[in-house]
Amino acid sequence: MEAAPSQPGIWTLLTPKWRGALARLRQERRGSWGRLLLFSVVGGAFWAAIFGVAFRVLSYIQRVEDIGDLLATKVLGVILLALLSILLLSNIITALSTYFLAKDLDLLVAAPVAGVRLYLAKLTETVVHSSWMVALLALPIFTAYGMVYSGGPLFPLVAVAAFVPFLVMPAVVGVIITMFLVNVFPARRTRELLGLMGLGALVTVVMLLRFMRPERLAGPEGFETFVDYLAELRTPTSPMLPSEWAADMIMNWLLRVADPHPIALLWGVGLAAVALGALVHRWLYHSGFSKAQEGAERKVRRPLRGPLGALLRSMPAAKREFIYKDLRLFFRDNTQWSQLILLAVLLLIYIFNIKSLPIHSGERIPFSLVMIISFLNLGLAGFVLAAVAARFIFPTVSLEGRQMWLLRSSPLDPQAMLWSKYWTGTVPLLVLAMVITTLTNWLLQAGVFMMAVSLGTILLYTLAASALALSFGVFYPQFGTENAAQIPTSFGGVVYMMASLSLLALVIMLEAQPVAQQLRAHHLGEGLGVTPWLLLTGGAVVVILITATILPLRLSARRIERMEIASGGVE
Amino acid sequence: MIRLQNLTKRYGKFTAVDGISLEVPRGELFGLLGPNGAGKTTTMRMIAGILRPTGGSIQVGGVDMLARPLEAKARLGFIPDRPFVYDKLTGGEFLRFAAALYGQDGPAVERRIDELLEIFDLAPWKHELTEAYSHGMRQKLIICGALVHRPELIVVDEPMVGLDPKSARLLKDLFRQFVDRGGTVLMSTHTLEIAEVMCDRIAIVCKGRIAASGTMDELREQTESAAMSLEDLFLKLTGGPREHHLDAVLGR
Repeated sequence: MEAAPSQPGIWTLLTPKWRGALARLRQERRGSWGRLLLFSVVGGAFWAAIFGVAFRVLSYIQRVEDIGDLLATKVLGVILLALLSILLLSNIITALSTYFLAKDLDLLVAAPVAGVRLYLAKLTETVVHSSWMVALLALPIFTAYGMVYSGGPLFPLVAVAAFVPFLVMPAVVGVIITMFLVNVFPARRTRELLGLMGLGALVTVVMLLRFMRPERLAGPEGFETFVDYLAELRTPTSPMLPSEWAADMIMNWLLRVADPHPIALLWGVGLAAVALGALVHRWLYHSGFSKAQEGAERKVRRPLRGPLGALLRSMPAAKREFIYKDLRLFFRDNTQWSQLILLAVLLLIYIFNIKSLPIHSGERIPFSLVMIISFLNLGLAGFVLAAVAARFIFPTVSLEGRQMWLLRSSPLDPQAMLWSKYWTGTVPLLVLAMVITTLTNWLLQAGVFMMAVSLGTILLYTLAASALALSFGVFYPQFGTENAAQIPTSFGGVVYMMASLSLLALVIMLEAQPVAQQLRAHHLGEGLGVTPWLLLTGGAVVVILITATILPLRLSARRIERMEIASGGVE
Repeated sequence: MIRLQNLTKRYGKFTAVDGISLEVPRGELFGLLGPNGAGKTTTMRMIAGILRPTGGSIQVGGVDMLARPLEAKARLGFIPDRPFVYDKLTGGEFLRFAAALYGQDGPAVERRIDELLEIFDLAPWKHELTEAYSHGMRQKLIICGALVHRPELIVVDEPMVGLDPKSARLLKDLFRQFVDRGGTVLMSTHTLEIAEVMCDRIAIVCKGRIAASGTMDELREQTESAAMSLEDLFLKLTGGPREHHLDAVLGR
């Protein structure tokens, strides 16, 4: 009998991944300094903004007598709980790809590689894929904590030691859930089911956060006595979750408290989870992988033509069929349309929050608060629209992927393709934008002037955010993706979000002062009329937003014409 | 129908296609042969307007592909080597979409779709999503897609991969009749028997250049290899494995 071949290391199994990532980075560096510069500037500004806000808020909290440290711990716990929910959702989506759908699996599963090594290699891949963005987001927050509380030179090590098991645990949970589901349902159906499950998980967490009413922590007057408020602060929000353990570990270091419990819990439960995952993998992976190769859907459930046909009948055949095709692909892919449910829930929560503001309680609200809330509303509506565009418009070019050969070898004008994609995404987004803005401004009892400013801004911003989403999708396409749900969280998706939010911040900053001046004058009963300052800033906002619409679309049309499509995808 | 002049494609320092010049008249079935990595697929994709050449020119039916790409593309049907189609469209919807890209729709297209699906044995699958199709069925579907708008020229990269013998025979007959009726086919293949039986003229591509081209007899003349088979000619021009190489691989 021959000896079993020596086993490759986990690093070796991951070679195609890290070497591929390095090669992409090299190509990126060689290819275009402009893109790298754009990313550095936008990324740097975004990072600095998060750090700035976190630093200021924390510095303020720390100075609050008696309860400052408790409040800081509580805030960190809530932030980490929010990150944990994002991680759980992201890991569920990623684990299905890395363990069951990835292209390298045929090679790895056919090779004599021990199951536990495959499990650990793929777990590493899952953690990296699903967590890099969360880690980037957490970095400025941890830095702010370290600086405000003078964490010392060893603080980064402590933060990493707390954050690594915090990232690994939701990944293992995601892997275990995926293993069970793939064994029960065929993989293609599971992907759809997972999408729904992930949505369910996220909605639950959002609801949970909502019902915890974190705003109460900022308003102690809601509690009967100070002791009640202190008791609320001292009660752990979620003592069974790694977010609480990680927050405690970090804060213990910062407050010089010697308590080994959070460290033991984080690392002990983390390692146990990895071991449990290995057992489940050994038990279920092979049968699941086999099932994952089965089960394509055959029959069409919705033919989709009907009323839309009448609307589109006058269009040229190519444009009309292109729109039909995009709509069919969207509504037949459960991972895509099911996100609309999430959107609806988030919108309901958003509108519910606006409605529960004290504006309607009959109390007299200071004018400045109404102003701040009105602008905050504009910002939040813009944020929601940018996020929706990231989810639905950014991936549209990537989703053409390997079928791009058909479009490029046909006499379809690439600009017509962009045109179809732009308007198919933008029209529903515009409707959504108008509905949210009108409804929330009405709930906020905003005057005609504020309503007009909000509607005008959000209309132009939606056009720009759509154009940016589509264009970043053209410049950072993910043609080789194995799971469409991962596209918005790719490098390009993140850069898009940063760019669109920076644009939103710029617009709001420009509008804030002159609009406030107008409203204040109105509030005091003075007719200010249209001032040159108002005209100037209004004009600047219009020019900026129109430029942010036209310029990216032009650049991406040129880019798509020059796009080279090799045999297996785009180069 | 196709005229390539000094066609070149470079990827960084690597030259995939190195100054190819070629002319394929109307009513001819022309084969492009060559080992893996010779530059055949790159050439085909440049002719189809998918890749941009680094240098040289491409004319399709007298229309310059770089100057007037939409006009040139309207004349050709392209069949790629890998059958990537939209998973969530049915076969019928895919063909309707492919026809619309060429500006065609209406009852005539619907009839054409039914005819094509019928002859390729895909009619029972017309209303099923393509994600349920086998590799061969997808290959047949993209062939239908290339024919649905009645092109003057078919550019086809490795047409027989994944096809069952019945479909392969059908494709051979279809290409022959298409050419006999004045159409033009430019085909790349590794399968020498197919090239020998089907093609009117052949070009052998090696390292991005044309090593030899012409009819079988002309190739034999050019290489001074009378009575040689295409396989021997091919190996002579492109270089085959030597015995000691095989020994090295198989020996223990």
